Amino acid sequence: MTEETCSDLIAAEDVLLFVNAAVTSTGQREFRSEAHRQRLSLDFLHEYVRVNYRTVYAASLALDINDHNAARIVEQLLRTAGEAGEWGQDQKRAEGRLIAARLALLPPQRVYRLFRALRAAKVSNRRTRAILRDWLAARPDLGHDAVKYRDGLKTAARHFHLPLKSATGAGPAAGELGDFLFAPGVRPRYEHGLLDAHRRAHYEQGALYELPFTVAEGFAAKHGVKRSAFVERIAPRMTRHERLRTQRESGADQKGAAVRTDLSVMPLTRLALYALSLPVEERIRRRAELTGALRRAARRAAGAYAGTWGRVAAVLDDSYSSSGSGEKRRRPLGVALGGHFLLEALAAPGSYGAWWTSGRTDPLLVRPHGPTPLGTRLVDALEYAPDRLVIVSDGWDNAPPGLAGEVLRVWRTRLDRERRTTVVHLNPVYDADDFDVRRLAASVPTAGIRDAEDLPALAEIAQFAEGRTGLAELQAYLDRRIENFLHRYEGGGGR
Amino acid sequence: MTGLDFTRLTVCPAQVWGGVRLVPLVREEPVPGLRLHREVYDRFGEVLVSPGIGYVSYIPHGLVADWSGEQSASYGTQLDTARPTGMAVVRHHRMVKRRPSKKGQQGGAVTRCRFLPLHLAMEGYLALHFGGPAIAWNQWSQEALRQGLSPRSEAAYLGLDVPGLADALRVFEIHPGQCGLLVYVADALAAAFVVPHPDDYRALHPTLLQDMYGELIHQYGHFGAPVPDFEARLGDGRHIGTLADLRAAARAQELAWRESHDSVMARELLGTSYSFERVYRMASFDMYRFLPPFRLDSGGQHIGELITDHKGRTAYLKTFRLAPAQIRRGHLLNSLADNDWHLRRTAEQLGTTPEEIVRRIRAAGFGALLK
Repeated sequence: MTEETCSDLIAAEDVLLFVNAAVTSTGQREFRSEAHRQRLSLDFLHEYVRVNYRTVYAASLALDINDHNAARIVEQLLRTAGEAGEWGQDQKRAEGRLIAARLALLPPQRVYRLFRALRAAKVSNRRTRAILRDWLAARPDLGHDAVKYRDGLKTAARHFHLPLKSATGAGPAAGELGDFLFAPGVRPRYEHGLLDAHRRAHYEQGALYELPFTVAEGFAAKHGVKRSAFVERIAPRMTRHERLRTQRESGADQKGAAVRTDLSVMPLTRLALYALSLPVEERIRRRAELTGALRRAARRAAGAYAGTWGRVAAVLDDSYSSSGSGEKRRRPLGVALGGHFLLEALAAPGSYGAWWTSGRTDPLLVRPHGPTPLGTRLVDALEYAPDRLVIVSDGWDNAPPGLAGEVLRVWRTRLDRERRTTVVHLNPVYDADDFDVRRLAASVPTAGIRDAEDLPALAEIAQFAEGRTGLAELQAYLDRRIENFLHRYEGGGGR
Repeated sequence: MTGLDFTRLTVCPAQVWGGVRLVPLVREEPVPGLRLHREVYDRFGEVLVSPGIGYVSYIPHGLVADWSGEQSASYGTQLDTARPTGMAVVRHHRMVKRRPSKKGQQGGAVTRCRFLPLHLAMEGYLALHFGGPAIAWNQWSQEALRQGLSPRSEAAYLGLDVPGLADALRVFEIHPGQCGLLVYVADALAAAFVVPHPDDYRALHPTLLQDMYGELIHQYGHFGAPVPDFEARLGDGRHIGTLADLRAAARAQELAWRESHDSVMARELLGTSYSFERVYRMASFDMYRFLPPFRLDSGGQHIGELITDHKGRTAYLKTFRLAPAQIRRGHLLNSLADNDWHLRRTAEQLGTTPEEIVRRIRAAGFGALLK
């Protein structure tokens, strides 16, 4: 092997490592590591990849990385804009396009938080201002943002000297918005409905039901409105997730209640986590509804891939460690449950088998409990003679330790030399000490996963992780993803 | 009865976290007729020994053994909405205390008793040859003859202070049917804990943090390096031709671990013969405390307390690993007692001189016994 290809392999490995980290880690506490460990590890990885592979660092914005890391990458890229020149003439331009496209996807509160981080880092160059101005101009209604993200918008306007105008012309007049943010109390009333509602809500109870939920919550407490009554009346102003979160308080979860969040439009992993948050009796009572919603969400996520994967076996981890942490409650188990339904949709009809590590067979009733006998379950799953074997686990195989890796190795070297079965391991937990997700065996491609919906795309990336792919191949894959990503944003009339 | 009986307790694969190795023990069926519950004390115990001298104790938790045979919810674990009212001072906690079976119910057979984990065992060790010299050889002081070894003290560390133990217990994945745990720190057996029922184990798992651990374990926790996993190995797989072979090979790995654990890692606990002393009877169950032979040449030695069923099988067990200094003290006291506290004879038996024995007595902290 020449020196060049060797360094190529290392580079490819580094890149995959970073992608795995950026998909899984959110800087929050995990089952086995503290939040500060995760953040420290992630900090290092970001800096390492930014300095050594800046093009790839920017390109990862086009992949299914999580919002936390996307915001971080944007921040880092804008903070070190000076270094972009070393990576070629077009690097800056390419970065700008990627950042704009990704910011449009991020939830607004994350972008406002990014504004604050940039302000703290004292970044306010022309390029940053232009990017942020474009994002702000694309907001549908700045009046809404002024009420809901008041501090964020204020920071943005003041620090970056941004004009408070949206491109569509909707929203309040610039002068009105400026007064609302910087000189409250100057105007007796506002033309813009939301701004005026905010003004009136200070003394008028009825006005708070015109405000977004999070803002109205504060006023409700001030006026002493009863929580259940408040939650019921404010329901139309809530986001989908807020409605789901509060429906227990408004009594919509009870038997025979009419108002309930429409589960059929929820994304798969969110739905799986919701199902896992319910007590067992309720899961049994609402079995048909929950299973139906999960199946529909899975079919939607599978899209064109549905039914194309042939015979599929899944080994899913519901050991105690899949309970996640206080910050990421039951996330690994939620991903496994979402993955279960997605794989069912991807497999050819009737040829899907799932093996939970606890030995349970009813996916809706899983709970995080017991050890992780992955090795034994793998043998069970391989007996099903699948075309594809998917493992969703945090990689801590402990009953007995290391057996899963050995089973997979022996299976590959002795029993399946023709490679009839493709094996993929998807890991929802970032291992801060190893700067990667934990692997089961060297021969098994492993990828990080955060949302079960991304499973098909991640299985594709995982194929690169077998250690035989060079940087060129990987770069070609990344270029393809970037093209699709930018096309969706720029070509799809994002602006 | 001379040894511990672990029949019906199956060893499962160990889980390692840093320097701590935790080996679960699983029962196929719980021991019928005995349950353990936890009782939390939120107060100090105080006894006035004499004017100006008080005995104050603080005990993090006690255990309640219930042999009434009723399946009941864990006692003393209900959530209470009342706010804690600070530390109250109550009467001295006794070591084993009979409890009426139900609150407010007078009379009837007593089917519950409360005891403090490891206190029976520790008490047994502290009371070893407590009376002091049996024959008044003229080397011994007046005080030794009148009061014996009283008062003696031993230091131990709280589980929370053993580095790494809290994390290891937190991330440990409890097996279904698990009724016990062996704790190794830097691969030294620190404690064994066995209960009769899996539900009791789930409730009592965190109490391992509030138990006592010897000085050695504390030091090992500080300075011990991470221990490696004993990973399953299937070799080059030459004999594996089908999935059934693969399954058999995997099963063989589990059995191999079980045997090597019992014969290598837990040998010092299971292979030693102990001297047992029965302290309490509960219907068909017996409660014992036991002391090791205090041999200097063997590895770790454990004191502990035990509840057995009518066949002598372990229903409850809790052990404490003695530090080397504690073993030496026990050995010295045993040797003295064997020779009726005669210094020259003791020296002869140990193959040394009386001066050396005197030095050892002083070094062991028993200097007040000598003139």
